This record gives sequence, structure tokens and C-alpha cells, in this order.
Amino acid sequence: MHKTPLLDQLESGPFPSFVKDLKRMAAKKPQVNDLLGQLERSYKEKITHWKHGGIVGVLGYGSGIIGRYSDLPDEFPGLEHFHTMRINQPSGWYYTSQALRELCDIWDEHGSGVLNMHGATGDLIFLGTRTEELEPCFEKLTAKGWDIGGSGSAMRSPSCCLGMSRCEWSCYDTMEACYQLTQEFQFDLHRPSYPYKYKLKFSGCPNDCVAAVARADMSMIGVWKDDIKIDQAAVQAYAGGELKPEGGATVYDKLDIKADVTDLCPTLCMSWDGKTLKIDNANCNHCMHCINMMPKALKPGNERGCTILLGSHAPILEGAQMSWVIVPFMKMEEPFDELKDLTYKITEWWAEHGKNRERVGELIMRMGMRAFLEAVELPPVPQSVRTPRANPFFFWHQSDFDAEAAGRKYYTTK
Amino acid sequence: MALPKDELVEYIYKMVEAAAGKKQLKAKDIEKAVLKEHPDQPRNDVKFAIKELIDGGRCVYTYFGGSFIECPRVEGAAKH
Repeated sequence: MHKTPLLDQLESGPFPSFVKDLKRMAAKKPQVNDLLGQLERSYKEKITHWKHGGIVGVLGYGSGIIGRYSDLPDEFPGLEHFHTMRINQPSGWYYTSQALRELCDIWDEHGSGVLNMHGATGDLIFLGTRTEELEPCFEKLTAKGWDIGGSGSAMRSPSCCLGMSRCEWSCYDTMEACYQLTQEFQFDLHRPSYPYKYKLKFSGCPNDCVAAVARADMSMIGVWKDDIKIDQAAVQAYAGGELKPEGGATVYDKLDIKADVTDLCPTLCMSWDGKTLKIDNANCNHCMHCINMMPKALKPGNERGCTILLGSHAPILEGAQMSWVIVPFMKMEEPFDELKDLTYKITEWWAEHGKNRERVGELIMRMGMRAFLEAVELPPVPQSVRTPRANPFFFWHQSDFDAEAAGRKYYTTK
Repeated sequence: MALPKDELVEYIYKMVEAAAGKKQLKAKDIEKAVLKEHPDQPRNDVKFAIKELIDGGRCVYTYFGGSFIECPRVEGAAKH
């Protein structure tokens, strides 16, 4: 075993350490011992010893295998090749225990046995195998019904929250949408033809449990169009302490509806007079705070679908960006043709104009939202304004306030 | 004039072969080059011609800060 005094310190803290897990694996997998040795050396020298990328893959696919090599193969021969395989996860990350056993058996036979459940895109990550093991491993996986996921300049494996399978707030069937889009874009998932990565994430409600708004190029976030449904008797029960706030997931026994709910509403569209809760739904921005606090009293409305946002990414060519709205409301019904068509239009425009490693959000910043909207045939809508009510270059005059008071409309919807 | 399928596959292969060691081509670079010479070529033909080259092992996908289509070569680590 390599000596790892720096890594050993990580085992001393209160939380479970990956070092402990790796040491256990190292007892039966020599490459994991080398992995610990190289990591210890990187901690000492403060540089990585990994080389990334290259030409490895399985026949016919350009995605799903990420080449990794050590730059110290003589010292750590088990890391001469240490490729990553990304396995396309099931929608909502539901596995049977049998499926997990099968996956672990395959990886024990063909790789290091080290797994990551799951990577940032959502894939199940197999960490560490040799080039000659890739095809046999892929063959065993496909025989069990699995497929490898996306990597490189391709459509990445779409991912979703568990949606309607367990969550009453889900405004559409995220798992079905994720599955259908995964099937639709199989060609682009396995055969990289984009300027860079393109991630789709599906969240059932604005709580956005898969953090789509920050992590996906294209986020489908469930939303309702009509009014929040209120059960006034249940609101009274929360006020009286008969119902615990947040479904009991809090140390507080009783909700102060004014302090904890209405005063924290970001648009101040709620009021509570001690008897009745009122919501000015036209000004609600669907933040979910009130619904989260009083789940038995408030529910999303009946007219449900999703808001589509575009453009988030970590720093690549430009700094990090969050997504912004391009479609305020889309019905999400099988077979999701409207969403598929829009995705094709967006990826075609981006593939045509994008530079190497330029994400779609960066291209929109470079070419402008107007060019984007024209290309994908979307109407400009007020909801696309990234920071509404905060534009420092718009100067209001008294005549504007007077005209507004007299009933002037700033925009109309058809 | 649009190329028949077999000719298109060879046309693309020669393009990739000529670029070897000089320029790494992305799938979109290949599509644009084909459409420049043969504007009436359906885009899908190009997609499937590339697929045929990859499936047959005559070309491979590589990743060097982006995904490219290249002629197969020896893996660097195999030299150790």
C-alpha cells in the first residue's frame, strides 16, 4: 500500500470519507491503491497528474467514454489507463436493487469498482478502466438494457426530478418527458455534432430539485398558469398550530402566517388578516415559498405546464450564467412534440453559428436575444426580460406615471 | 449536384484524411464544407455518411477540448 499521510487526515473528521472507501477497495483492486498514491502526490505537489481526453471510445459512439491517463504511469501502473464511463441513468434515478447489483458486478469485472452516484449531468459514473475493457464492459451493459450517456460536444443525458412519481407539486410528468427526449435525441447523444455540450433538465415545479436553472442549457421547470388553490380551513389550522409548517420538516410547531409567509413573499402579493389568506395571483412569481410552508393549505393551480429557460452554464469561454426565460408557458403533454421541435430549432441555430466550446447561452450573449428569437421563431415576451423592474437605463418621467394612472397599457397580450 | 450516398461517404473520408495532422474537423465543419460544394445535398445525408464512416471504423471521434472526427491513430498511452 502507498503511504498516504495527507489523505489519512481526511478520515479523522466527523463525516464519512471517500479515503476510507478507497482504502477498502484498494485491498482487492491494485489500481485503487495507485489512485490513492497519485492523489497523495497531487496533494503534496498541488498539481494534477491526470491527462484528459483523447481517442478512446466504443465502436460507433463518440460519447460516454472519457479518456483518462496518469502522467506517472511508471510510478502508478494501475493508472496508465483510468477511463471514465458514463452510464445513462434511469429517469428520476430509480433503480431496483437487482439492477444495482448487476451494475456493480459488471464494473467489478471490467473496472476499478469505483462508482460515482451520480455525476453533475445525472449519469451514473464508472471511474477507472483500461482501453481493452471498454468494449466488453459496454457489451455487458447493453445486454442488461443499459446504455452509455453523453459526453463531449453532444447532447448530454437528460435528467429530471422524480416528478409525479412521488411529488404532489409536480406540474407535469418529468420522468416521461425526460425519457421521451432521451429517446428522441439518441443520435445527437451518441454522436457529437454540436459546438459543445447541451444539457436538458426537467424539474416538476419551481422548487427545481435538479437545479436546472443553474446547471442545464435548457431547463423545463413546471409551473401553473391560473390561481394557487387555497384551503382556508387548512390555513386556519396552520395558524392555530394544528398543522406543523413545512410538512413537519422544521423545529417550529406553529406558523406565524404574517411573519413566515406573507411578509416573506418576494412580490408581496399575499395578505393575511388573521382569518382569510388572499393572493393577488397576477403578481405571484411562483417562488413556491408559501406552498412549501403550508403544503396542506396551498397547492399549484390546475392549468399546468412548464416554463422553458435557456442558457445556464459554468465558466467556459465566458463567466457563469443562469438561465433565463424564453417560453413562459408550454403545455407538457405526450408526445412532447412542441418541446422536441423547439429543441431541434435551438440546436440547429447554435450548431450553425457557435464556435468550438461556445455554449448556447454564450452564443445568445454574443449574437443577441433578438437574433436568437428570430431564428427559432419565438415571439419576444415580457417574461424574457432578465431583470424586470431593475433596468438602470430606463428613466421614468412624471408623464409616464400620469399616463399609467390614466390607464395606459405598456403591452398587450393577444 | 447532390452526391450519391457512396460517393458522399468517400468525399467525406478524403476530407478527413486530407485534414489529418493539420486541422481537426468537427461534424459541423464537414457538413458546411459539403454544402458549400454541393448546396442541394440534404443535411441528413451528411449525418448518416459520417455515421457510416464511424460505424465502419474508418473514422473515429476524438476529444481534445471538443469533439472531432479524425482518422484512427495509435493511443498515446499504448506506447508505454
